[in-house]
Amino acid sequence: MKPRSNWTRRSINFMVMAVSTLSSFIGIAVLVWVLYEIIYRGIGAFNWDFFTKLPTPPGVEGGGLANAILGTVVITALATLIGVPIGLFAGVFLAEFGLRSKLSGPVRFVSNILMGTPSIIIGVFVYAMLVVTVRHFSGYAGAVALAIIMIPLVARTTEDMLNLVPDTLRESALALGVPRWKTTLDIVFKAAKKGLLTGSLLAVARVSGETAPLLFTALNSPYWPGWLNKPTGNLTVTIYNYAMSPYTDWQQMAWGASLLITLGVLFLTLCARFLLQEKK
Amino acid sequence: MMMPAEKSDNLFCSLAGLVDERKTSTTVDSDPSKQAVKISVRNLNFFYGHHQALFDNTIDLFANQVTAIIGPSGCGKSTHIRTYNRIFELYRNQKAQGQILLDGEDVLSPEMNLIDLRKRVGMIFQKPSPFPMTIFENVAYGLRLHYRIGRNELADRVEMALKRSALWDEVQDKLDRPGTELSGGQQQRLCIARAIAVEPEVLLMDEPSSAIDPVATAKIEDLIEALKEKYTIVLVTHNMQQAARVSDYTAFFYNGSIVEFGRTEQIFKKPAMKQTEDYITGRFG
Amino acid sequence: MHKLSTIKTTASSRDQTRADLLFRGFTALCAIGLILIVVGIFIELLMNSWPAIKKFGLSFLVSQKWNPVPGIEEFGALSSIFGTLATTAIAMLIATPMSLVIAIFLVELAPPRMAGIVGGAIELLAAVPSIIYGMWGLFVFAPFMQDHIQPFLGEVIGGPLFEGPPMGIGILTAGIILALMILPFITAVARDVFLMIPNVVKEASHGMGATTWEVTYKVVWPYCIHGIVGALFLGLGRAIGETMAITFVIGNDHSISASVFSAGTSIASTLANEFTEASEPIYLSALFELGLVLFGLTVVFQIVAQLWLRRLRKSTGGRA
Repeated sequence: MKPRSNWTRRSINFMVMAVSTLSSFIGIAVLVWVLYEIIYRGIGAFNWDFFTKLPTPPGVEGGGLANAILGTVVITALATLIGVPIGLFAGVFLAEFGLRSKLSGPVRFVSNILMGTPSIIIGVFVYAMLVVTVRHFSGYAGAVALAIIMIPLVARTTEDMLNLVPDTLRESALALGVPRWKTTLDIVFKAAKKGLLTGSLLAVARVSGETAPLLFTALNSPYWPGWLNKPTGNLTVTIYNYAMSPYTDWQQMAWGASLLITLGVLFLTLCARFLLQEKK
Repeated sequence: MMMPAEKSDNLFCSLAGLVDERKTSTTVDSDPSKQAVKISVRNLNFFYGHHQALFDNTIDLFANQVTAIIGPSGCGKSTHIRTYNRIFELYRNQKAQGQILLDGEDVLSPEMNLIDLRKRVGMIFQKPSPFPMTIFENVAYGLRLHYRIGRNELADRVEMALKRSALWDEVQDKLDRPGTELSGGQQQRLCIARAIAVEPEVLLMDEPSSAIDPVATAKIEDLIEALKEKYTIVLVTHNMQQAARVSDYTAFFYNGSIVEFGRTEQIFKKPAMKQTEDYITGRFG
Repeated sequence: MHKLSTIKTTASSRDQTRADLLFRGFTALCAIGLILIVVGIFIELLMNSWPAIKKFGLSFLVSQKWNPVPGIEEFGALSSIFGTLATTAIAMLIATPMSLVIAIFLVELAPPRMAGIVGGAIELLAAVPSIIYGMWGLFVFAPFMQDHIQPFLGEVIGGPLFEGPPMGIGILTAGIILALMILPFITAVARDVFLMIPNVVKEASHGMGATTWEVTYKVVWPYCIHGIVGALFLGLGRAIGETMAITFVIGNDHSISASVFSAGTSIASTLANEFTEASEPIYLSALFELGLVLFGLTVVFQIVAQLWLRRLRKSTGGRA
């Protein structure tokens, strides 16, 4: 038996390591490039007007995206109000009652399907449900679309987080004569509080940057959101419309909106991560 | 203290004559005027799915006495007492058959209200499990749940429960700290305080000192001694010295059956069954 | 000392038991809500695309025609399906090796502090909304492609695959942007899979004198292959339905061309571009049918991925 030359082995190792380090740096560099461009091009759009004024027609100085900022916040908030509780309780069902129910298998399966469904399909669905029927686009249709995206995300993290709560805690509450619903809401929830908050925050972060589900539901508008019963301005669709427009001042606005939405999403994500780390 | 005046040999029944019968009866012949039966178990069978874990358990537990349940691990000790408050129903595929009478009421009957039952039958678990709340809230939680109660009285009762569980001196200055900050032994006594605060009649203890240090264990054993004045206590333990130290009666479980039941000193000094003797002298288990 | 009799019991236990039933019913309702949504999506898509299904039948799936002019409408999904599959394939071809290599770098090579920072940055990048990648693609990357990469590829490799004028936008650019978008996602999952290997296994092999590459190739890789494939399936599922990252740069042209330089369209970008413009019912219905096709594709991928992961879970005794 002839031993393999150490030199060959080591040089193969060196080459592979070099290639992988190099590709890592290329990959990471490109990702840094994306962030750099967003910040570099977006920061110029930030001024007082950007945050406080309504949009102006192309060429007119001094407009802002105040309505779209507010619209995104309001639509996301409404989506959270709808999506988080439903997702939370669906997760409670899977974690707390799922073991004894035939329903949990199908629910988990369908939840995964929904998580993998493209967000534009959700937009099309809500269009058919809530836009066609009332014959106009609306902010609340947008909120419902975002909520549908949140539900499976929240349900999944809720189930995972509740499963981390030791059964002994449930047993000792039930053994004390605490009813099941109070055991879950008072004791199990309290024990899993940070995890649940993290999951919800991540879901909010995820949908607040979504564009596709809003294209055919909330649409966009240059006016204040009002009661969300008509097309509602929002940052992401504004980015889409302005970026596709031929006007440089609108494109500039789109960069500003991109930076703002990126900062918002990253902020929420960082909050969620810190919450989770604090737990350990 | 309500120790029986006489500790006569007729309080235990030798099983020698019964071994040939298929069903091993393990009730103790006792003088009913002296010994009130609190829990009476008849032909209890238990199943995990298709696997049978308990076989025809029959036993009487006396009021205001400590009954120890001993036996090798996996013999069904915990399974047995987990039927008394039906906590096993949390899980799928676990099923109990037979009769458990608590003051004559059938625990296993569908009419039995679980919340009432668990108010009457408290339980301490192997692993200390304080609720994720303050020390005060841990004890007050169950009280508030079961009783309409004023703020002052609530504070009094929490204090009383903590005193009775011998924890008060250690925690009176930090009642608003989270219960999870306490040491393992303190957490376990907090759980005891939490359980006795709601005034149960029976206290089930499932290896309460197996996860904590010897000093804390000694405290909990003293506590058991003191608590039996008010409660009927069932103590599952794998520690035979502990059973000998704190219990009045002992039941020896093996492979899901109750092999022998009798007064503790009799079980430990002259067991009737060969299996019991082997276990107690450390020949197996 | 208070006597027990001085305090009254609260709400009757029977009420609480009823509350428990209600609570359980309510959570079950929320869970059923998930099923209703997915069934609802399917039914709505099917119902709304019914006119198109009736009119075009199976030819919808194989026809390349896309003519929305009223009166002579003709719709076929082939160009959109082609664009979807082509961009996804390009994205997977680029993102798969890169993300695996970065994951290996993070787990095996990078110093711990660096691995922590880079790993965290990658997870953050996975959270960046897709429209940001679209913006960057349109204004930064497409010109870069046009000036540098496309001329280079056209000259050096050429052939039918890299033919045509460098326009910047097109199938290739869209595929690359898509790759960038799913790269952080697959990397994060793959890294977690690599981290699951017990250190003992690696140490034992290093202890035998194996090089890092040999350990990775012969020990880590076989251990992880199932988890990695699962991660790739998840990435694929994301890529196939991604809208905003590619709508900006694909060119939105209903044609099929062998060259990856040419403009094309994908199902998602067709929907994004044309849905609100569709005035004729049959046009809208055709778009719904496109949506149905995309939904069907993702459901199939999901089912395959889940079956795969379930097998994996069985083979590793439930740890993955």
